[in-house]
Amino acid sequence: MRVVLGEDLTLLRDGLIRLLTAYGMEVVEAADNGPALLHALITHRPDVAVVDVRLPPTFTDEGLKAAIEARAQVPGLPVLVLSQHVEPLYARELLSGGSGGLGYLLKDRVSDVRRFIEAVRTVASGGTAMDPEVISQLLARRARDEPLRRLTPREREVLALMAEGRTNAGIAARLVVTEKAVSKHINNIFTKLDLYRGGDDNRRVLAVLTYLNV
Amino acid sequence: MSGGASGFRRLGRLTIRTCVRGLVIAVLSVLPGVPLFIASVVSLPLLAVGIGVVPVPMSLLGVRRRASQQRRFALEWSRVSIATPYRPRPHEVSNGLIGRLQRCKWLLTDPATWRDLLWTLVNMPVGVTLGALPAFGVVVGLGGLLSGVWLRPGHTGELLLFAGLLLAGVLAGPRILKAHAQFSAALLAPTRKELDAQLGRLNESRSEVVDASAAELRRIERDLHDGAQARLVSLGMSIGLAEQVLRNDPDLALKLLAEARESSGQALTDLRHLVRGIHPPVLAERGLDGAVRALALTLPLPVDLRIELPGRPPAPVESAAYFAIAEVLANVIKHSAARSAWVQLEYNSQARLIAIIGDDGTGGAVPRIGGGLRGIERRLAAFDGMIAVTSPVGGPTVVTMELPCELSLART
Repeated sequence: MRVVLGEDLTLLRDGLIRLLTAYGMEVVEAADNGPALLHALITHRPDVAVVDVRLPPTFTDEGLKAAIEARAQVPGLPVLVLSQHVEPLYARELLSGGSGGLGYLLKDRVSDVRRFIEAVRTVASGGTAMDPEVISQLLARRARDEPLRRLTPREREVLALMAEGRTNAGIAARLVVTEKAVSKHINNIFTKLDLYRGGDDNRRVLAVLTYLNV
Repeated sequence: MSGGASGFRRLGRLTIRTCVRGLVIAVLSVLPGVPLFIASVVSLPLLAVGIGVVPVPMSLLGVRRRASQQRRFALEWSRVSIATPYRPRPHEVSNGLIGRLQRCKWLLTDPATWRDLLWTLVNMPVGVTLGALPAFGVVVGLGGLLSGVWLRPGHTGELLLFAGLLLAGVLAGPRILKAHAQFSAALLAPTRKELDAQLGRLNESRSEVVDASAAELRRIERDLHDGAQARLVSLGMSIGLAEQVLRNDPDLALKLLAEARESSGQALTDLRHLVRGIHPPVLAERGLDGAVRALALTLPLPVDLRIELPGRPPAPVESAAYFAIAEVLANVIKHSAARSAWVQLEYNSQARLIAIIGDDGTGGAVPRIGGGLRGIERRLAAFDGMIAVTSPVGGPTVVTMELPCELSLART
């Protein structure tokens, strides 16, 4: 898998290269500023990009802007955005530019290596990987809403994991239940929230995220 | 010769500017000077009957605005600096009749209001006379000179008279404007007592800010010590121990390393919270506009946003405004049982950032949020800002904040 990195902190950049290479991925370019990153994304069209939100020259949200711009020019370009803090506002901006192949994670998650690589692979194959922090903020925001209150606590857990972008198998593993139980919960959720049911995993994540008003 | 010609042009421009300014002063002395004065004088006795409660603040504030305008002119046109003498607005503003009575009291008990009124009265003749003089001298002098030269040559005495008038208008014009500015200063400037009171308020505000900063720094140091630093130490211990037992007890080593990873995650979370409390990253990245939008997205109730900022305030002002808005919204969520809220952010014509936060909750907020309100007020006072709360029982509650500042037009 060909990966483009966008990270200006040497320590992190080297660490990420080492990590990705150890799992059999090839880092074709590691850009350390906004303009270079955008250029690399468009030129290389990697299988997935791992990008820090904050990059030179302005050290604000260069990486985020480069990701959005690159996806505008190369629709569906898979990008996993890492940040030291997550804002539902940025999640919304990322998602509004088109859905597939998108991730938004706290940098903290990199230390859970297996989960991180899983997220990279999910994003590369067109799926979604949203940080649990973002999801819990969004859920907290809608906590008082009627339809969400109808969910049982277990269903709410499943909803959160779905919104993060996990597969049924992943959710089952996380909650230590069977996949059949997960399917049942998901059916109930979709009924109670009156969500559009069809389509693949990715579509359902987006249905949930849209419901949460991202 | 070109140097002389351009000097001549400059003089001409200066003269025209001076004449126009004088005429502006003359006109403004009458309109709105006269109606404002009459309105004030007529509405004051109506206070006794009760009706006066509405027109009195309106007309007195109109007088105040006119006076403030004149202070600006004095500074910009004649370099006469006249400080603002007014007392600060009271921060608890009720609605309806009580609110209006409070405003009347605030205006009527301020001696500066009466001096403004006196100035408005005396300025009627003085402003018209002094203001019109430069234009009069120049126009009449020039007109007489030209008509004398063309129509009736030979009367040198008359010509000299008109020439003298023109010269007087040109040379004395700026000095006449300055004289008017100095006259205004005599009545519109603060008295010694008012200046001392302002100084006292500034000193109080400054020491409050210094105290608050010191307390803040202590809190940060303590949070770092008890939070992130402690977790990093624990992390180091776990790793060190894992190193020791790796060969003999790999399972224990694995467990310790997992704990170490857990500690690192918690340290990051602690640091994230700390940073957010000092200066939220989204504020630095997107400015006050974006930060308030981002904040609204994280709140458990819908917030209607009306934000119109043509630029960014300086970073410390942004920070003060953001934290104040965040705290008010937190209060709304905690205390008001509101179903929705709204935030309006704009920049008005008097170089003030205005933030208005309203909610449809139960109101009666003033006594309950007294503690937090004081903190916000202190933070805003450091920038000469103010906060006012209107919260009748039954709602709705409206919190208004003002911060004087300059906006930079460069947006990130």
